[in-house]
Amino acid sequence: MEIPRHWRIKSQRYGLVGEVCPHCEIKIFPPRDVCPNCGGEAKEEYIFSGRGEVYSFTSLYDGPAGFEETTPYTVALIKLEEGPVVTAQLTDLGDASVEIGMPVEMVTRRIRSDGDERGMLIYGYKFRPLGLGPR
Amino acid sequence: MREVAVLGIGQTKIDEHWDKSLRLLAGEAILAAMQDAGVERVDSIYVGNMMSGSANFQQHLGAYIADWVGSRFSESLHIEAACSSGAASFRAALMAVASGEVEVAVAAGVEKMTDSPAGEITAQLATAADADWEVDQGISFVALNALVMRRYMHEYGWQKDDFASFSINAHANGAKNPYARFQEPISLKAYQRAPMVADPINVYDASPMGDGAAAAVLVPAEALQRSNAKPIIRVLGSGAATDTIDVQSRRKPVWLTAAELSVKQAYKQAGIGPEDIDLFELHDAFTIMATLSLEAAGFAQPGQGPRLALDGEITPSGRIPIATRGGLKARGHPVGATGMYQIVEVVQQLRQEAGETQVENARIGMAQNIGGSGSNIITHILGI
Repeated sequence: MEIPRHWRIKSQRYGLVGEVCPHCEIKIFPPRDVCPNCGGEAKEEYIFSGRGEVYSFTSLYDGPAGFEETTPYTVALIKLEEGPVVTAQLTDLGDASVEIGMPVEMVTRRIRSDGDERGMLIYGYKFRPLGLGPR
Repeated sequence: MREVAVLGIGQTKIDEHWDKSLRLLAGEAILAAMQDAGVERVDSIYVGNMMSGSANFQQHLGAYIADWVGSRFSESLHIEAACSSGAASFRAALMAVASGEVEVAVAAGVEKMTDSPAGEITAQLATAADADWEVDQGISFVALNALVMRRYMHEYGWQKDDFASFSINAHANGAKNPYARFQEPISLKAYQRAPMVADPINVYDASPMGDGAAAAVLVPAEALQRSNAKPIIRVLGSGAATDTIDVQSRRKPVWLTAAELSVKQAYKQAGIGPEDIDLFELHDAFTIMATLSLEAAGFAQPGQGPRLALDGEITPSGRIPIATRGGLKARGHPVGATGMYQIVEVVQQLRQEAGETQVENARIGMAQNIGGSGSNIITHILGI
């Protein structure tokens, strides 16, 4: 299991820490060294609100290796209110039917486990319908 | 740069080849191409392949394959660009011969997928996407395409059944190709009843995996005699472009910018436009990708790709025939080999050797190979 890889991006996984370009002011997530909009250097931290809306979604009935125990689940593209789009699972859906444009907010959840009882648990962002109470 | 011709082609049937190894498949296609070309030695071999390291525990396919085909001591490289590895190897061979550095080059593509269990292959295919920001969220490669397809349907108002004609055309053509993985036509009813993989993508929207290899021999066109029995197949244009590896970071996820850029380069080189293309072997890994390729290549306005399929314009007798030998959908999609199958099929069409799915008077054909979810796209135009 690639522990350092998951450790490296913990502030993005737990806190949606991205960047704002100091040149063109576009918000960037996930962070990168070169602004995708203007090509300038991008290093200034920016914390996203975690609010956004469903841009597209799909349900997986047969999850890839490592996700078998949580199937079926819904994965979505979420358009954050600051602009960027992120890929994440939807959670806490209850009986709600998912629709494009549905307002959602980021919560921290277990994303996957290694399977064996001493294996690593990976936590990260998922999104749930807006208005379910305190996060 | 000098003009380059495709002198020989070879392919294996796409299947579950339990009795054939990676090198045996690659060797079969390469040796068939060399025999077809009438050459006994080659200077350079480019082997396109996506995942032999994980699926077959074998990397370094350059030396591995060159020795196997009796070309020990030749230059040989393993080229990887996910599902566009095949076209990437063709482009490498093309540039080698065009530059004057190499006289006889082989471009090959091979993928041996049945050596790993299907679940592991699914995870390996997902390595073409972004590990940190896509795959770790539980996404599969099919699911990424489903996200694009649902958004496309939402933006342009298409229904699920509007995509059926892509699959029906591919299977009708694959039924007449002895090298195809699936050789049975399908009905609209079968499409409507097909089980969902990741909605809105069902099994008839998605291409099947398989084992296979395809290859071509490239030489300078100037060396060829016009009196040959076979027409000289020239490479008229080539273009390649990338986009973000992740769908989420694209400015417009329902538009293939890399396809548009690569096809424009290829058109410009060839000095032609979409109106001159007689057939188009596009990358129909999913019906939505066929749609987006047609639009990016200028055959339909943005959002109008399904209209071509619904109007019957994509069949061998239509305005722009696609998947004429079955496409990825029915011929099969042995990922790193697919781009070379497309080239082989365009050559078959231009030689008038495409049997019952022959496009009448085919003189110019285009092949477009897509790596990842639209993140690496390579287009070639061939003509006689």
